[in-house]
Amino acid sequence: MPATLESACSLHPQVAIRPEPFGALAYHYGNRRLVFLRHPDVVRVIESLAGHASLRDALVANGIEERRWPSFVRAIDSLTASEIINVS
Amino acid sequence: MSVETLVEQMKSGLDAPICLTWELTYACNLECVHCLSSSGRRDPRELTTDQCLAVLDELRELQVFYINIGGGEPMVRRDFFEIIEHAVSNGIGVKFSTNGAFIDAANARRLAAMDYLDIQISLDGVDAATNDPVRGEGSWRTAITAMDNLRDAGFGQFKISVVVTRHNVDQLDGFKALADSYGAQLRVTRLRPAGRGADTWHELHPTNAQQRQIYEWLLRHGENVLTGDSFFHLNALGESLPGLNMCGAGRVVNLIDPIGDVYACPFVIHDDFKAGNVLEEGGFTRVWRESDLFLSLREPQSAGACASCGAFDACQGGCMAAKFFTGLPLDGPDPECVGGDGEKLLSSVAVSLAPRPSQDHSKPARTRIPVKAGGGN
Repeated sequence: MPATLESACSLHPQVAIRPEPFGALAYHYGNRRLVFLRHPDVVRVIESLAGHASLRDALVANGIEERRWPSFVRAIDSLTASEIINVS
Repeated sequence: MSVETLVEQMKSGLDAPICLTWELTYACNLECVHCLSSSGRRDPRELTTDQCLAVLDELRELQVFYINIGGGEPMVRRDFFEIIEHAVSNGIGVKFSTNGAFIDAANARRLAAMDYLDIQISLDGVDAATNDPVRGEGSWRTAITAMDNLRDAGFGQFKISVVVTRHNVDQLDGFKALADSYGAQLRVTRLRPAGRGADTWHELHPTNAQQRQIYEWLLRHGENVLTGDSFFHLNALGESLPGLNMCGAGRVVNLIDPIGDVYACPFVIHDDFKAGNVLEEGGFTRVWRESDLFLSLREPQSAGACASCGAFDACQGGCMAAKFFTGLPLDGPDPECVGGDGEKLLSSVAVSLAPRPSQDHSKPARTRIPVKAGGGN
């Protein structure tokens, strides 16, 4: 299912995130995929997904400007392909 | 952020390695002629069990997601299972390389019961006639038996790891078929002139024509075959192969050897590339973050003699270790430069002048004439 602003998103329980100067590394222990999260803002949003009903809520809560939302939707959507993030 | 910028950032280093190789022992039941670590005999200074567990605790703090364990033959260690179970229970996935000699039915079942564990069985020929001259008499049968045991134990997808040489390059399709027949994944990596490989590289490394053959095969199968990103020097032939197109030494990868010495990568066991030891104050973390060697490797590197070559962006000048152990300058072409520049340079280097590996744990040479017991008869 493609991610949208209304999607309820969550970090896969088998994923660990390690902060790095460029953002973070996300590693999925289940499928062994390593993914680069290339902006600290993306990392903040992802880490807060569990506390919000939708991606939109998470973006608002993290103070992400609305003009940047489409790029966040794309980033989250690409992370569903590697199962780093689950969408429902 | 673009991919380009990401690679640039990775070149300037990460807070901890992505891909850490840990050779647990120099002891080995085999004596492969291309062994990267010149393994054979155990080093008496080998890290103790407690020291190994302490290193793992440190790696957990650094959030190293997984480690590649090798040797020597890591399963020779009596505490092998204790070490890997400690790693996995602390969130550090383990991939270990083995010749398979210790994967009997019981051990296969024990391995199959573990999570976050990957196994690579080393094999350098689809048949004993190709494999055994490189890896030793009987080693093909040993590997096949281990693979049978893993399959029968329901381990799932293990990996078959092949070092590509001029003798097995024509078997790439055969290796793929063999892996498929076990539901295994094929991994092919580049032969490096490291360890005992420094002595055999000139006879074993693929010819220039074979380099193209490898490149084209990888382009066709790239997504389904693992390479450890080891063939990026071939990118000079055209379209880039999948993976990080850069030398990761001291930037995203490193090696911890059996006595705790930390090297820039698994292929440069030499004092020039030794950054420190995990037993020193500050441990591995300090070596990774502060050693002069690693900090210098994260500085922008000069393209040197390759600066005027149009392919430099594609191949990045190739592999540091391959240049070092063949006696070539580090800021110049790889000895297997597909443009032929390395080959030209090689012919001007006296083999005897190339650096020698700093460690040699090979078993005593068997070529010595046996001394007969003295006495009467």
